[in-house]
Amino acid sequence: MTARDPREKRPWTFYALATLMAVFLLFLYGPMAVIYLLSFQGPDGGVTFPMVGTSTYWFAEILKPGQMANIPVAFGRSMALATIVSIITVVVTVSAGLGFRRRFPGSAALFYLAVASLVMPSLLVGFGIGLGFKLFDWQADLFTSALAAQLTWTLPFGLFAMFAVFNRFNRTYEEAATDLGASAWQRLRWVTLPILMPGILGVAMGSFTLSYDEYARTTLVAGNRNTLPLEIYALISSATSPALFAIGTITTAVSFLVICTTLAVILRMQRRRATRSRLA
Amino acid sequence: MSSTAEATARIAPRSRGRRWRPSPRATSWLQVSPLAIILVTFFALPTVIFLVVSFYDYDRVGIYPDFLLDNYKELLTTPATLRVYLSSLKFAFIVWGITLFLGFNIAYFLVFHVRSRAVRTMLFLACAIPFWTSGIIRTIAWIPFLGRNGVFNQMLQGVKLIDQPLEFLLFSPFAVCVTYIHLFTLLMIGPIANSLAKIDPALLEAARDAGASRWRTMVDVVIPLSKTGIALGSILVFTQVMGDFFVVKAMSGGQSASIVSQLATEIQAMQYPPAAASAMILVLFVAVMVGGMMRVVDVRKELVR
Repeated sequence: MTARDPREKRPWTFYALATLMAVFLLFLYGPMAVIYLLSFQGPDGGVTFPMVGTSTYWFAEILKPGQMANIPVAFGRSMALATIVSIITVVVTVSAGLGFRRRFPGSAALFYLAVASLVMPSLLVGFGIGLGFKLFDWQADLFTSALAAQLTWTLPFGLFAMFAVFNRFNRTYEEAATDLGASAWQRLRWVTLPILMPGILGVAMGSFTLSYDEYARTTLVAGNRNTLPLEIYALISSATSPALFAIGTITTAVSFLVICTTLAVILRMQRRRATRSRLA
Repeated sequence: MSSTAEATARIAPRSRGRRWRPSPRATSWLQVSPLAIILVTFFALPTVIFLVVSFYDYDRVGIYPDFLLDNYKELLTTPATLRVYLSSLKFAFIVWGITLFLGFNIAYFLVFHVRSRAVRTMLFLACAIPFWTSGIIRTIAWIPFLGRNGVFNQMLQGVKLIDQPLEFLLFSPFAVCVTYIHLFTLLMIGPIANSLAKIDPALLEAARDAGASRWRTMVDVVIPLSKTGIALGSILVFTQVMGDFFVVKAMSGGQSASIVSQLATEIQAMQYPPAAASAMILVLFVAVMVGGMMRVVDVRKELVR
């Protein structure tokens, strides 16, 4: 792709597709930009334009305890849950990714189980788990049933991402390590995992944000303690004020921060590796 | 090639760990077992539970173990069921068509037209980042945009294209489709771009040198080679729309219901057996559709090497 002469004349399809891409990005970001702007609406403003002055009134409104559903507490819970989900997803899917490199009896069944879990209508997963808990007379809770419901979504996602990561992995490195006398554990710890690390971080980030934004799977099994998306949902049905948009702005900022941090770490890792290999 | 001394040196450190080593098959099983246990316990088992409960009897107080087909009979004979399935299918096909068109073209542009790697990564990230914002937020983001006094109407009125604000934009089937496309196009772009990236550009050049037109190259080379991505993306978009619970509720203005939002109403009314029956029908329906798509394309061969 890059070998072609860069001065070669672009075909008309390039311009057509570039226009499509631009329109799509506008479509993608336009409405989001509107809510970010409206979240800075003045105290007397409403949920549509025009802006009645600008303020951070609605952000302060969210943080006021008792005023609204307890947003800061729900935010904390969401972060905690997302962290746990992300850790479990990484450990389980890296291990499963290693396992799937060989054909083993049952590999097809497990693969299709993961596909089924991914495409299952989200609310039904929560419904099934909720029913199960009810039958056994267990109390549904954030860190039991809700955690389980979210894992049925992040694990298949992580597994398929790990497949892509392992597809690009060159196994000769492992063979070299074995030839040099590394034990299975040493090979994993010092060769395989470091090479896969950018992909693993990607899975960690992906599952974190998937969990942090998850609504449909969690809603029936969260018990008495709501996550942030559940609080937002409750707010939507009860009131419409720019505070909703302020929450949107904040959650987007958090997602964005997570993505940027991960990317920065991955980039640094790659750069360090590049320098090191140049030195060697 | 190697001398005996080298060979022993290579074997010696290995044989140290020979005390206990599981067979490769057992190792694989061990490695996938956490995944298998979690998916079986929290996905397969709950599915079996609502299969069982769908045959239960119920009243206003509780549910009772039984083996009744009434829940299914009632569900399959009400015209409302057919109506809501038809309306969901209609949305699913419209959204599938549009996201496929958008997703394929954008993926093609990113993979074959963008020459710099950095630009490609940036554009791809630009497509992907909104995906990581809550679906709820992205849904309500359309409300100030499409509303009667919304940005879009004001823009059109500003350039004197219309005198009256367009009413059909918000709380309508149109709004539902727009929101779905906004939410799910990335699910098409990702898998298709992944498939396209595996195509050797030399193949396209060969097709061109052999005299194939741009269109012929597309139909005979690019599309067949990217069908796994197309199938995967289609499965994801289709199941997302069929399983949707929030978008139709928030954006249709009560004009249409979705399968799952009807089901949720039953769950809230604690009518678990009919809800479970309805869930079972939906699961079967989705499974048949997905199974059909997987028949056409072996997704597994592509993903697991």
